[in-house]
Amino acid sequence: MSSPLMYGTPSSRVEGTPRSAVRGTPARQRPDLGSVRKAPEVDLQSEPPSADGPAASETNAGQRLVIWGTDVNVGTCKEKFQRFLQRFIDPTSSEDENAGLDLNEPLYMQKLEEISVVGDPVLNVSCLHVQSFDAELYRQLICYPQEVIPTFDMAVNELFFERFPDSILEYQIQVRPYNALKTRNMRSLNPEDIDQLITISGMVIRTSQLIPEMQEAFFQCQVCAFTTRVEVDRGRIAEPAVCRHCNTTHSLALVHNRSVFSDKQMIKIQESPEDMPAGQTPHTTIVYGHNDLVDKVQPGDRINITGVYRAVPMRANPRQSSVKSVYKTHIDAIHFRKTDEKRLHGLDEDSEQKLFTEDRVQTLKELAGKPDVYERLSSALAPSIYEHEDIKKGILLQLFGGSRKDFSATGRGNFRADVNILLCGDPGTSKSQLLQYVFNLVPRGQYTSGKGSSAVGLTAYVTKDPETRQLVLQTGALVLSDNGICCIDEFDKMSDSTRSVLHEVMEQQTLSIAKAGIICQLNARTSVLAAANPIESQWNPKKTTIENIQLPHTLLSRFDLIFLMLDPQDEAYDRRLAHHLVSLYYQSEEQIEEEFLDMAVLRDYIAYARTYINPRLSEEASQTLIEAYVDMRKIGSGRGMVSAYPRQLESLIRLAEAHAKVRFSEKVENIDVEEARRLHREALKQSATDPRTGFVDISILTTGMSATARKRREDIAQVLKKLIQSKGKTPAMKYQQLLDDLRGQSETAITKELFDEALRALADEDYLTVTGKTVRLLA
Amino acid sequence: MPSSHDWINNPLGVVEGMFAASQNNPNSGWEAKAVEFFKDHLNEKDAHTWVPSLNDVPLHYLKPNSLVKFRCLIQDMFDPEFYMGVYEAVNPSTRDKVLRCGKYKDVTECGVDFNSKNTVTAERQTFYCVPIPGESPWFPLILSHCYAGLSQARDVPSTSYAPARQKRSYEEDDDMDTQPQKQRDVGWIAPLLSAGPQTASEHHGNGDCKRQETEAPSSQVASASRVDLNFPLPGEKGPSCLLKVYEDWDGFKLNDAVEVFGILSVSPALSALADEKDASSSLLDPADSMETAEEQRVHSPPASLVPRLHMLYAKPLPHNNPLLPAAACEQNSAYLSSTRSEMATVRTELLAYFTHILLGDALAAEYLILHLISNVYHRHDVLPLGKFTLNLSGCPTEASYTERFYQIIQQLVPSSYYLGMTLQNMNQMRLVPKKDYVANRLVSGALQLARNTSLFLDESRLEQGQLDTTGVRNVTALGNVISWQKFDYDFNYHQMGIPCNINVLIASEGRSLLPSDCRIHLQSQVAPSDVEEYLRSIHTQSQASQLNKFRVYLSVARLLDYSISDEVTKSVEDDFVEMRKDDPQSISAEDLHRMLVVARLLSLSLGQTSLSRDGWLRAKHIEALRRSRMEQHKCVNGNEQ
Repeated sequence: MSSPLMYGTPSSRVEGTPRSAVRGTPARQRPDLGSVRKAPEVDLQSEPPSADGPAASETNAGQRLVIWGTDVNVGTCKEKFQRFLQRFIDPTSSEDENAGLDLNEPLYMQKLEEISVVGDPVLNVSCLHVQSFDAELYRQLICYPQEVIPTFDMAVNELFFERFPDSILEYQIQVRPYNALKTRNMRSLNPEDIDQLITISGMVIRTSQLIPEMQEAFFQCQVCAFTTRVEVDRGRIAEPAVCRHCNTTHSLALVHNRSVFSDKQMIKIQESPEDMPAGQTPHTTIVYGHNDLVDKVQPGDRINITGVYRAVPMRANPRQSSVKSVYKTHIDAIHFRKTDEKRLHGLDEDSEQKLFTEDRVQTLKELAGKPDVYERLSSALAPSIYEHEDIKKGILLQLFGGSRKDFSATGRGNFRADVNILLCGDPGTSKSQLLQYVFNLVPRGQYTSGKGSSAVGLTAYVTKDPETRQLVLQTGALVLSDNGICCIDEFDKMSDSTRSVLHEVMEQQTLSIAKAGIICQLNARTSVLAAANPIESQWNPKKTTIENIQLPHTLLSRFDLIFLMLDPQDEAYDRRLAHHLVSLYYQSEEQIEEEFLDMAVLRDYIAYARTYINPRLSEEASQTLIEAYVDMRKIGSGRGMVSAYPRQLESLIRLAEAHAKVRFSEKVENIDVEEARRLHREALKQSATDPRTGFVDISILTTGMSATARKRREDIAQVLKKLIQSKGKTPAMKYQQLLDDLRGQSETAITKELFDEALRALADEDYLTVTGKTVRLLA
Repeated sequence: MPSSHDWINNPLGVVEGMFAASQNNPNSGWEAKAVEFFKDHLNEKDAHTWVPSLNDVPLHYLKPNSLVKFRCLIQDMFDPEFYMGVYEAVNPSTRDKVLRCGKYKDVTECGVDFNSKNTVTAERQTFYCVPIPGESPWFPLILSHCYAGLSQARDVPSTSYAPARQKRSYEEDDDMDTQPQKQRDVGWIAPLLSAGPQTASEHHGNGDCKRQETEAPSSQVASASRVDLNFPLPGEKGPSCLLKVYEDWDGFKLNDAVEVFGILSVSPALSALADEKDASSSLLDPADSMETAEEQRVHSPPASLVPRLHMLYAKPLPHNNPLLPAAACEQNSAYLSSTRSEMATVRTELLAYFTHILLGDALAAEYLILHLISNVYHRHDVLPLGKFTLNLSGCPTEASYTERFYQIIQQLVPSSYYLGMTLQNMNQMRLVPKKDYVANRLVSGALQLARNTSLFLDESRLEQGQLDTTGVRNVTALGNVISWQKFDYDFNYHQMGIPCNINVLIASEGRSLLPSDCRIHLQSQVAPSDVEEYLRSIHTQSQASQLNKFRVYLSVARLLDYSISDEVTKSVEDDFVEMRKDDPQSISAEDLHRMLVVARLLSLSLGQTSLSRDGWLRAKHIEALRRSRMEQHKCVNGNEQ
């Protein structure tokens, strides 16, 4: 063992430990800290901590008594911790543990009161609080947890029983520190962390059966039936060789069912995928949970775990001359904290919280201060894809998202804050590439293809767990991308039933499941970025969006922005495109790096803005929004069309908020609204332009047909009817003849499709029927 | 063996010497010096060829604790482990305490003082390495040829051992004739060996080659069936090893192909320890409950089967072609420029050769060359540049054409794999690596391939039927490999995208169901009555020297640098604008992407390192030919889109 703490007599209990002062309540073993024995103390003045030999423990006098091998003085340490408990106040605390506590009163005293009421003798202490209160105490806690935490235990018990002398606890209070800043990442664990207090995050991948671990061995003499107890120290039992009573040697036998055991469980955790460098496989670490920490976590949970890092040498085997030179490492857990506990029922800011270094925040703020930050970021998005500026801007705003609003008090529930975008256009216009980029950029992104995914793949399905044989809910892409972006390629190839689940997700942002006895509603606050190809191989500019992609308008209206990615056919564009592509193929890496913002910076920027910036509408901005909305409604009203619905207003608000987030602004101002309006208009211009009139007509998206088209169809039907009537009593006409006649009569060009539509309209009126090439009048 | 080769035969001696020398001088940085020492020696001319290779020489011919090299793929990364970097041991005879170095070793000497203050705990990383998957069968022939000049006495068995099958049987015969007694001995010892580790260590102590002989290949095969060595491709053979890395392990990535020089450790104590634990399961041993039996088997397999290799020096392999000099980069570039001049002529020969194989279709042959030298040379955010997946449609339906065709390609590329896309294969094969949490390892899949491996997808084997969940997942993975050169590994709780660099060639009758960068329909000019016979005759006619030329050519073309000058850029842009002006439908951005790749590969195939105007025109020309053929084909087959 590398730790010098092996020295000293393990089971020697120093007389008069403060424990005995705490009347009656039994102390419970802390297997998470090794044994509860009191370490020998050394006098700092006479013997430096590095000194060798157990002689040090004999010097018991003097003021500066420290625990052997450390610089911890029990008295001072206890005093400091009691002071901490009595005085620490954190008015800005937002942790859920402190919910319902008065933040202006000493925090931990309130918790002690809670313990006296509830009777659960566990006190969780945030290391951050300790650090802000007393940095020296914090350092000692981190470096010598095995010594300091028992001292804390003593301190808190003394304090507790002083204050609540009448309370009865099952056993003495145990202190569980958490949130040690020492180590965050499993990958950064190294030999220096051994025997120190660490906090790492990870995902539970396996839990073992319960293992009973012996804490105290019970021996009975075979000769005189004298019994004795031996405490287990680091997995070893010092078997007494001689019976103290009758002095027979080797007469003591272990009695199993009178020995004391504690529960123990092996838990394996794996690095979270976010912490992993590219091209490496995740690391795993073994964790031991003790007593009530057993079965606290399940495989699949994401947890933050605080514990003591241990390394155990491979046991030397007496029969073997050489041993493996490798240590086995594990963590003795002291505290678990689930990070995804509340995923299913509320906002989970904790797991979103990424730690940004001061420098990083500074860089990000500097970047945000630049006047052209919006343009910069949008050009940094998928630089390999050429132009499509507005689309990139739209996606950028989607990445930031709007502010969440909760109206559940007034009965409307949550408002959608996520922006949904649909890209449609010719095949081969790098839509998929854009989707791939976004999927790679955001931490909680999912990428599915409409072709391969089924409704269950998107939502959730119930399977039988092979190990436990219980029904478990496996979540699909939409639930997995909660708080992220779900990229759906080939949206048009989705089956109708699959698409129908999107209706709920894209507006209510929830997913209702009723399968195999599991009825629940899951959160799916995901932004949808979808790509669709036209139903014909090429986009037909003569048709509306709906006609081109054949998606139900009910679904289309749920997209905030619908962009067309078309091949613009103009020379200057071609030239720029060619230049862009060619340079892509020969530019060296450094050049590219210089030109654009790093993907990592962009990712951090978005994460920062999403976490910390929550813009609200300013008075001015609201006015502008109202104006914008009224304007939008006005556009069409002259021609009997509706060009905007409340849904569009909501979209505008979301976009404006997202734009404010891009600027790191807590207030939505006019420029945000202006940009939102511009982008919205651009998108509408592309997707909702009536190909016949050239006007923007929102009803194309909301009803699937433009108002002019409807009007026009009726007009032509009327003209046709008149034409047929003018022909007199001819029960049957040639189709081609009729078309030519109509064309001759009308001033506007009449296409075959239009003619067919008109005929169909008349057929609906039961005026005529069309059979093959002849048109017959009815009645 | 000359004494100057001590660093090969006894590298630990060198390390320990340096360690001992550093004891008086704590800041000597002996560790860096030791690594430097081996690096220098290995970089000497030809020095690396003296080091026996684990790939070619069976394990039982190698001397334990000697320096060996291993050409391998990092298949899995285990957790880092802490070991005793420096420890204090008690000398049993003199009772002195001695400081020992634990680096580059698996086991410590006897009498370790665990409580010593002088113990230094250090960290190292373990990688699980397998031979590069799909290495072509022509490798051993080349290598044995290389070593022919170096064949030496029996106690340096490495170099004299020729791994070719015929050679081995010959050797065994030889043994039979000259030492029948010994053979019988071996037969006796073998069961003893498996019975107890004690006997094994005795033999190990003697250090003669008897121990090595006892683990004859037959027993190796038998035990291999017990322990799954986790090779990505089914039916692979060869040693796998646990590579212990001491510095800069972050620089290694999953699926990297590396050549490792390290100290071979096959100490039987390693496997003995594992057995020991099963027997004495004490309740209180914390090490016991930590690992499941499966994990034990995976993480500490018997050393005779999976040797440990303590890395001294590793170099990434830009290619694994044994015909090319594997030397350092500077020399390489000189070599490249010297071969460049011949490339044009070799190319003509190769084109003729391929034209024969592709039944007289010169255009398809041209594209085949381009495909074979393609390589993902850069990733621009998510977009891999330089990939060139070829779909060769219209392959003759005669049963074995595609297989024969693959065999010919296999003869030319360093590593390749044939995947018949039968329904059964698709539904049952494991293409995607999956993490097995019980055994705590990444179970390999057939797509876990080294860079530039040729993956031959035979779609002509496709039959009617339904793909199940695995099948759909496999096809998706193949699609992702083709489109993004990246696919998701299955980590059960989450997916992880791992980039790859695989050349995919799809042979199909009609248009492939998988995406591809470029599709060409085969138009046979000759119609041999028996396709199989026809191909076989080509196959047998080709001479080794010619094949070698082709092999070198294909690898060299991939290694060349490439650039586009500003003028050519300009003219390419002009061309593009011009073409779009005439008919915007005729060429899209995607077409330009493809043409740029074709131009790049075409120039490289001619040994030109920059795009010339001619090169561009030529690329345009063959693209136009290909497109017109597609048009034609579209008309012939109305149902094709």
